[in-house]
Amino acid sequence: MAIEVRIPTILRTYTDGAKQVEGSGATLAELISDIESRHSGLSARLIDGGALRRFVNVYLNDEDVRFLSGLDTPVKDGDTVTVLPAVAGG
Amino acid sequence: MLTISTHLYDKIVAHARKDHPDEACGVIAGPAGSDRPERFIPMENAERSPTFYRFDSQEQLRVWREMDDRDEEPVVIYHSHTATEAYPSRTDISYASEPGAHYVLVSTRSDDETEFRSYRILDGEVTEEPVQIQD
Repeated sequence: MAIEVRIPTILRTYTDGAKQVEGSGATLAELISDIESRHSGLSARLIDGGALRRFVNVYLNDEDVRFLSGLDTPVKDGDTVTVLPAVAGG
Repeated sequence: MLTISTHLYDKIVAHARKDHPDEACGVIAGPAGSDRPERFIPMENAERSPTFYRFDSQEQLRVWREMDDRDEEPVVIYHSHTATEAYPSRTDISYASEPGAHYVLVSTRSDDETEFRSYRILDGEVTEEPVQIQD
């Protein structure tokens, strides 16, 4: 078992076009760093200055991790993490 | 070029008018790869602001999953400007994240005339495109 991570269209250049990738870790931060080791460049699109980028939404299963513990949110095998760029503007 | 039905065009304009003076926003989904806007999905502007919009993150997850399940994609992403022209702002350009979408801008700054324009926004570059309205 692993943790499944769903990648949005705009970030699939980092995953050779794959819609989802798998990784492992005890927290969201560890999971992202594990995935970064195989898909270089992805981490910088999600994290800036040690925190999640403001205009990227990351969900653990059905919950926005901003309402959990952000990068410290615990994750486990069988979870699904979904990344969606926020739709926003002025 | 964006080809859109009169019906959907009217829905976008009605949503923008209803939420004025706050910005309104939403999506029109269509079959993946078709470039045909078909299913109108008005979204909550989580910012409830006359100068900014952002989809509510939980609603966005639900809608994006639903599109995925139905093999659809966001063909149109629309929002309104309520005091300025229907042209993408600096923030619109920097946060544009759907390279395949038509970004529709509606301006409700005038009471009797609604501007409706469409753009592609790719890597920070804005290209306006013609809009064809069909019955």
